[in-house]
Amino acid sequence: MLAKRSLSGSGLSPRSPSSSQPFLSVSVTDPVKLGNGVQAYISYRVITKTNLPEYRGQEKIVIRRYSDFVWLRDRLAEKFKGIFIPPLPEKSAVEKFRFSAEFIELRRQALDTYVNRVASHPQLQQSEDLRSFLQDDEETMERARSQDGGIFKKKPADLMQIFKDVQSKVSDVVLGKEKPLEEADPEYEKMKRYVFELEDHLAEAQKQAFRLVKRHRELGQALSDFGKAVKLLGDSEGNQLGKAFSDFGSQSEMLSFKLQKEAQDLLMNFEEPLKDYVRAVQSIKATMTDRANAFRQQCELAETAKLREINLEKLIVMRSDKVPEVEIECKELKAESEEATRRFEVIVRLMNEELVRFQEQKTIDMGVTFHDFAKGQAQLANDIANAWRSLLPKLEACSP
Amino acid sequence: MENLVIDEGPNTQTFISHSDYRSVMSSLAETHHPLAGDDPLSSNSSSKSFRNSSFTEDSFLEPPAYADVVFSPFTEKPISGNGNSSQPTQHLSNSSSEFITIIVSNPQKEQEISNSLVPGGNTYVTYLITTRTNMADYGSSDFSGSAEFSVRRRFRDVVTLADRLADSYRGFLIPPRPDKNVVESQVMQKQEFVEQRRLALEKYLTKLASHPVIKKSEELRVFLQVQGKLPLPSTTDMASRMLDGAVKLPKQLFGESVSAITAQEAVQPAKGGRDLLRIFKELKQSVANDWGGSKPPVVEEDKEFMEKKEKLRDLEQQLSAASQQAEGLVKAQQDIGETMGELGLAFIKLAKFETEEAVYNSQRTRAADAKRVATAAVKASRFYREANAQTVKHLDTLHEYLGLMQAVHTAFADRSNALLTVQTLLSELSSLRSRVEKLEAASSKIFGGDKTRNKKMEELKETIRVTEEAKDCAIKEYERIKENNRNELERLDRERQNDFHNMLKGFVINQVGYAEKIANVWTKVAEETSEYAKDSI
Repeated sequence: MLAKRSLSGSGLSPRSPSSSQPFLSVSVTDPVKLGNGVQAYISYRVITKTNLPEYRGQEKIVIRRYSDFVWLRDRLAEKFKGIFIPPLPEKSAVEKFRFSAEFIELRRQALDTYVNRVASHPQLQQSEDLRSFLQDDEETMERARSQDGGIFKKKPADLMQIFKDVQSKVSDVVLGKEKPLEEADPEYEKMKRYVFELEDHLAEAQKQAFRLVKRHRELGQALSDFGKAVKLLGDSEGNQLGKAFSDFGSQSEMLSFKLQKEAQDLLMNFEEPLKDYVRAVQSIKATMTDRANAFRQQCELAETAKLREINLEKLIVMRSDKVPEVEIECKELKAESEEATRRFEVIVRLMNEELVRFQEQKTIDMGVTFHDFAKGQAQLANDIANAWRSLLPKLEACSP
Repeated sequence: MENLVIDEGPNTQTFISHSDYRSVMSSLAETHHPLAGDDPLSSNSSSKSFRNSSFTEDSFLEPPAYADVVFSPFTEKPISGNGNSSQPTQHLSNSSSEFITIIVSNPQKEQEISNSLVPGGNTYVTYLITTRTNMADYGSSDFSGSAEFSVRRRFRDVVTLADRLADSYRGFLIPPRPDKNVVESQVMQKQEFVEQRRLALEKYLTKLASHPVIKKSEELRVFLQVQGKLPLPSTTDMASRMLDGAVKLPKQLFGESVSAITAQEAVQPAKGGRDLLRIFKELKQSVANDWGGSKPPVVEEDKEFMEKKEKLRDLEQQLSAASQQAEGLVKAQQDIGETMGELGLAFIKLAKFETEEAVYNSQRTRAADAKRVATAAVKASRFYREANAQTVKHLDTLHEYLGLMQAVHTAFADRSNALLTVQTLLSELSSLRSRVEKLEAASSKIFGGDKTRNKKMEELKETIRVTEEAKDCAIKEYERIKENNRNELERLDRERQNDFHNMLKGFVINQVGYAEKIANVWTKVAEETSEYAKDSI
């Protein structure tokens, strides 16, 4: 459902020569357990339908597993800094739960949502990696996935940066400086605090939602047990009253079933969206980290470039023969510094756009979630009222 | 709430201020159904007051909208320290406008004057027992024909009352008394415990006062009305009874005292008494019954009774299971209500946060939506909990009848004991008679008679006469107890059917009412958020 909604508003680049609207529609279906024992995993069918020229063919079906989705997410995170990358469902920690029908369906749903969000994001949908993910055959995908192994996927320059980051952090601590260099933007500060606090509130709501699922199951069970006991009581009465007891038992059983069903609905359509919301906020936090890193880089490179300039001036005065060398260095550093500044500014701009998008999308998402929740609870309550009400005429009739 | 107000017309919904819950139920039955139910007032009922708050809400349903009637949530009894019950539990009689209301309140610590070496003495708790009644036996103090009086009693007095009733009303289903709790004195005085006990005492005394036969008992009247020390013989403990009996035993064995059971004694069970010899004889008889090849002279032939016994055993089992599951249900309802409330709270906090920190309008909209859900959740939570409070009261019937099964066991035991006494006396008679025969045979061989033997025979014949009398009494007692059993079991069946019927009805009506309320709350939110529905599948 999310797919349809988000695609209808998507701004696909109108480069297609055909007269029909450009579209890209993806679905993740058909979870199948493959492999044996510890190696066992679930594979999904990913079906892509598109008329975009960048894609080879109008329809493509590929088989993907969870780690392929992770690969895509990591590539996107690397290349699209500043964008809130759609969140992936968590890796399951508990072994035995990994293959339960409930978990598999939840995960499938979440993966479907994920891919569709990527495919309908104005920037992300341009990604080459997305195209690879949707089209490459399984062997190619596997090669790509196994090549990217954690730290080895970083380029040497990135590695350098990582070491520098660690170094500066350590020196800051050593020198007693509490925090590394941070932006002094009060609005951004406010936004950061907002994000952190939002996560807390959402986590609490999600916790209660999960408990509510459990309570529905427990109530269903208790009602079923009670109904059975009442039915037995009625069996020994034998007359009209006994029949009423028996009917009571039947209605209890039926309601118990409805409660279990509602519990399942709540799990899929109430708790999961809240969890998804939390994940989305965590993705924002990841972008915030990227922004902080970019800011620091910008500052450091600017600093380094300036120092070099000063050095160069000294050398010029001293008429040193190192001047040409250092001149080149200065030029390079200036370029790098400008590049770092540009990168940082892109992230800031993107983040602002993303934030607006995020808030609007979340309002819609939560609106739907709230609506479905209220509808479900209303339906359940009505079912309960109707079931019990149906007993009343019989109860009246057998008044002793 | 002495006088029933049952003559409301179909507009029962709009104006009920002080009215008995059951009377409303029956008047509801009258107005909406052609079958006017029997006034179900023969067992305990609680009178509660109505609140009109719910009548303003719309019911989405076609009449009868039980929501309107149910809502009169029972006012919950406040559990306050001084133990004052907000609503007295009341009994109304089926036949006349007789009533008796008992309230237990005002627990106070008192000191026992101790003879022991331990300084400070023993403290115990007394309760104020206030009775209002217009029953003739209690006399009346005002022109309305009703009397009101109070006494102070301690728990020990209640035990005495229960024991004396058990003695006097063999074969009856006597409501079981609250448990003796063997706990340390510290716990004894803790407020919670005292409050629990106060409530239990009130329930117990009210049940006694609603038993058609026991309510007229002198023991109860004396307990409720006589000031000062309770003038009922207290139950002595087992040890001193045994001691007394042991003192008498040698005399009995060596024939120095009359070893026959008198008619008076025959109508009392052996076990509670001091006559050890009698206890041994009856024990011997019961063993003979169990192991002996020949059938004892009088047996429990009543097939109907045996079937009844079986049925009651089954009933007890089922009640036990139902009682347990009822507890489980109550807990589950409690839990879901609590969690729903916490969910509501979490969303309220979220909504408040988003509103305060809002930079974009989308946030404000979302916060408003969250608040709607939150408010509904909090309301629903309250409804779950209110519904549950009622459920507890309705399902209490199960727990009560389970407790009553104990009384059934006692009534059956009374019967068995009486039968055993009869059988023992019959054996006794038969052995006495054979001794006389032997003596006659031996004596007839001696010319002129045997003075010692003749004297012995005279004594034996006298013993036989006394024992015959006792046997006749014992048989009468046995028959009487059998009759009591029969009547009580019939009453139990009747009342049980009635009470179970009311329980189910009450439970169901309550569930319907609250489910409707909860449905309304959520339907409203669904409507308010219906714009989002257009976008989803």
